[in-house]
Amino acid sequence: MYEFDWSSIPGSLPFLWDGMKISLEITLTAVIFGIVWGTLLAMMRLSSVKPLSLFAAGYVNFFRAVPLVMVLLWFFLIVPKFIEQLFNLPPGTDLRLTSAMIGFALFESAYYSEIIRAGIQSVPKGQMAACYALGMTYGQAMRLVVLPQAFRNMVPLLLTQAIILFQDTSLVYVSALADFFGAAYKVGDRDGRLVELLLFAGLVYFVICFAASTLVKRLQKKYHPA
Amino acid sequence: MGYQWNWGVFLQPSAAGDDTYLGWMFAGLKMTIALSLSAWVIALLLGAIVGVLRTAPNKVLAGLATAYVELFRNIPLLVQLFIWYFVLPELLPKALGDAFKQSNPVFQMFSASMICLGLFTSARVAEQVRAGINSLPKGQKNAGLALGFTLPQTYRFVMLPMAFRLIVPPLTSEFLNIFKNSAVCSTIGLLELAAQGRQLVDYTAQPYESFIAVTVAYVVINVIVMTLMKKLEDKVRVPGYMGGK
Repeated sequence: MYEFDWSSIPGSLPFLWDGMKISLEITLTAVIFGIVWGTLLAMMRLSSVKPLSLFAAGYVNFFRAVPLVMVLLWFFLIVPKFIEQLFNLPPGTDLRLTSAMIGFALFESAYYSEIIRAGIQSVPKGQMAACYALGMTYGQAMRLVVLPQAFRNMVPLLLTQAIILFQDTSLVYVSALADFFGAAYKVGDRDGRLVELLLFAGLVYFVICFAASTLVKRLQKKYHPA
Repeated sequence: MGYQWNWGVFLQPSAAGDDTYLGWMFAGLKMTIALSLSAWVIALLLGAIVGVLRTAPNKVLAGLATAYVELFRNIPLLVQLFIWYFVLPELLPKALGDAFKQSNPVFQMFSASMICLGLFTSARVAEQVRAGINSLPKGQKNAGLALGFTLPQTYRFVMLPMAFRLIVPPLTSEFLNIFKNSAVCSTIGLLELAAQGRQLVDYTAQPYESFIAVTVAYVVINVIVMTLMKKLEDKVRVPGYMGGK
């Protein structure tokens, strides 16, 4: 039987915590940017201006057709070269975290825009007509009437997507960036205790995500008592 | 930037000399398809069972099924994959674990990936099956029972045939996800599409061509699956429901 030895975990907790901070940083950036850009995409998609709605549809469908791993590989390839040129940085500057953040933000905004589009469409049409009748412009109607109601309905879905996003950040492993999972893997590899560290990482993710999704479910009941 | 485009790279003989780089891409494509389809079979079978159990009146069974779904949904796919591939063989009885570790490496990677993707997706399928069953009017179950069916018979002949027809659209997106998620398996060294793309970059130093080829391949898979599933959706659509005829 395998003999467990958990002794390498306590000493490496600070390193693992640094990794967790990177995971959370990426998650937070991608959630904020994803909701903002996702809202714009959703409005473009629903707009009557053909080029705008075609662009948004193309953007969303493209990102939803390609695996996240592939998107990340692309961003780790392109973004560093691009930023180096733009800011005249010496080649070889470590831009993996920036690349990961940009990659996740652009990728997740495609998913957020679909949630937000459904949210906007769930607001009855009469609301928009009422706004126009009151003399509001399109922008005012969206900002003051439609979006506040749409977002209220969408909060649970947006949060659930954030939990999925947090889990997906583990994929920055493909760039050897030490996020929480990357850090756990490095410690396990260094100490020959991969079994313990991987199980520990799984447990930590489970506790965080399970707690978060339980909270979301409570919130959902509060908003929509069934 | 002075990047030298060279699309002819795909026709060059590969470093091993036995194939062209285009051949590598097709080998990767075949691996992605074989992995995704075999994992999908596992996901559908287990997902249907767990989904049904979640709606069972027996509290213990329903609780176990809920635990199963929560377990697989709250751990990242990558972590699950590493646990299947690196951890499980260590925890098996020694003889079995050793036999696994001495088997063909491709078999090891493929079986770990297949089980991992299959179980991960089965939890999602189970949620859809449960939602499908719960969306049926209560009268269907009661009518079945009133006609003298046992509960399993009611599921088998009344509820499941309806539920499965209703959940084809959400299952389509899970089916698409399994192809996309299979790219995660490149991390343990399984030479599927994404891994072949990265390998090509190492051998040819033509990253853009190979990444574009891989990306296009995923988009094509996506379009083919969507077209086929649309046909299936039209075929099994229930008249009288939203989206029905």
